[in-house]
Amino acid sequence: MSEAAIPESEVFHTEDMTISVGPQHPSTHGVLRFVVRTDGEVIKDAIPDVGYLHRSIEKIGEKCTWHGYVPYTDRADYLAAMFANQGFCMAAERLGTTEVTRRGEFCRVIACELNRLASHLISVGTFGQDIGAITPFLHALRERETINDLMEEICGARLTYNYIRIGGVGYDITPEICAKITAFLDHFEPTIDEYNRLLSYNKIYIERLANVAVITKEEAFQYNLVGPNLRACGVKWDIRRDIPYSVYPELEFDIPVGTGEIGTLGDCYDRYWVRIRELEESCKILRQCLKMMPKGPAISKVARKFKPPAGEAYVRVEAPRGDMGFYVVSDGSEYPYRVRIRTGSFTAMAIIDKLSRGIMVADLIALIASLDVDAPEIDR
Amino acid sequence: MEAQQIYNKLERQFPGKVGNFRGDVFDPCLNVDAGSIVDVCRYLRDDPDTQFAVLSDLTALDLPKEDKLQVVYHLHSYSKRHQIVLKADLPREDQPAIPTMEGVWKAANWFEREVFDLFGVMFEGHSDLRRIMLPEDWTGHPLRKDYVEQEEYDGISTQRAPLVEKLLR
Repeated sequence: MSEAAIPESEVFHTEDMTISVGPQHPSTHGVLRFVVRTDGEVIKDAIPDVGYLHRSIEKIGEKCTWHGYVPYTDRADYLAAMFANQGFCMAAERLGTTEVTRRGEFCRVIACELNRLASHLISVGTFGQDIGAITPFLHALRERETINDLMEEICGARLTYNYIRIGGVGYDITPEICAKITAFLDHFEPTIDEYNRLLSYNKIYIERLANVAVITKEEAFQYNLVGPNLRACGVKWDIRRDIPYSVYPELEFDIPVGTGEIGTLGDCYDRYWVRIRELEESCKILRQCLKMMPKGPAISKVARKFKPPAGEAYVRVEAPRGDMGFYVVSDGSEYPYRVRIRTGSFTAMAIIDKLSRGIMVADLIALIASLDVDAPEIDR
Repeated sequence: MEAQQIYNKLERQFPGKVGNFRGDVFDPCLNVDAGSIVDVCRYLRDDPDTQFAVLSDLTALDLPKEDKLQVVYHLHSYSKRHQIVLKADLPREDQPAIPTMEGVWKAANWFEREVFDLFGVMFEGHSDLRRIMLPEDWTGHPLRKDYVEQEEYDGISTQRAPLVEKLLR
């Protein structure tokens, strides 16, 4: 029956309601806010309001020396600080044509992949929590705690590492730490199965995620989605393989892509599932690195007054939230002329406005969690 | 496709609108006339030889020594595995403006809001040009080289008292 056929007196009139979700909502993963206009349970639009965590990291970059800026890059994304370190250092090295020692490269990859495990654990853990499953979150954080301990042994810090320096890494990874990492992997790999039994194949969880907020490949390109969010749309693209850097070309690993096996290609479940499978791949990479670790110094000789010649470089690294781009301009002085950090969460956030139209309020939470947006990375 | 070939293609298609190609740097780049930037980008996106499906990054550079603002576009193609950097020069004074790229890539919407916020570049035809990082009533554009921070915002001082010196007294 069409609406026009119902007499005016019998139509149930509804009114739009405007709700502010955040800035302190538990599902917003940091401090960000949505102005949601709903008609009952159905969202008409959800306008993201970001900027609560803006710290002018890019402006600070113009005031620091090249070496001095590395700790600031940690703060761009505190869940995956190692990648921001690496991106900035790679840009500086490219401008200054500085060599990185081979052992340094392996230390970097080990530290980065451990960091990816930690970041993805937070991502999938909080995903469950947002949907209403608290237990998997605690399991994920338990494993992440061990990784934090390992990180503390490697570089002395648990969250903002300042480990990767221009020319290599700050501290060598000793054989004792290697043994501990191996022990952790032996323990961790079986727990992924446990995690799958607990969460991934859970009927309620699947019902909440499958076919929700589908992103097509074309939309992903238009909005410049990157990393796991892009791969969940079926695009096999990983910076580690496709624009290779560091020692990744020597390592063997698969690139998980979304298949739509349970729902539709590019839905929330695909984005979740890609991350779970990336955990396995990171473990694989770590084991190979620990075996291949060459001898030698962990950092090459770099001038204290690092002054790369004038020029500019755009460097990409594959961070847990996708392609992290560092556009660094040097004017030949001791200070970078401009540092631009392009992050995956920023563009992922921009697509929420479009995807939220017509979905339920509860699905909005699943959508935000599935994109794995991280507020400090958006605002920088 | 090599950057030089892309440039030659553009030069044939848009004579006089592109120039200053530099291929011997890390990321080959070329300058595009600000008025025809949208046409150039749409051409690069749709041409079967280039297929730049993605706008990787859009940002700006403030160059007070050369008295110009430069809007920088990083284009990338997944299918052809190549990239190119486009630059458009704008004057620094009198509200610099450039047409919006929103019609070509939707990702430009937020990138342009950020550049508007931090550099003060107007994007003509933009659907929602508001500040994104800073509060709406903030004055100035922080990433400009000559930016001076306002002394207080909403009655709150933005300067921190020198704590140690206070203790010494």
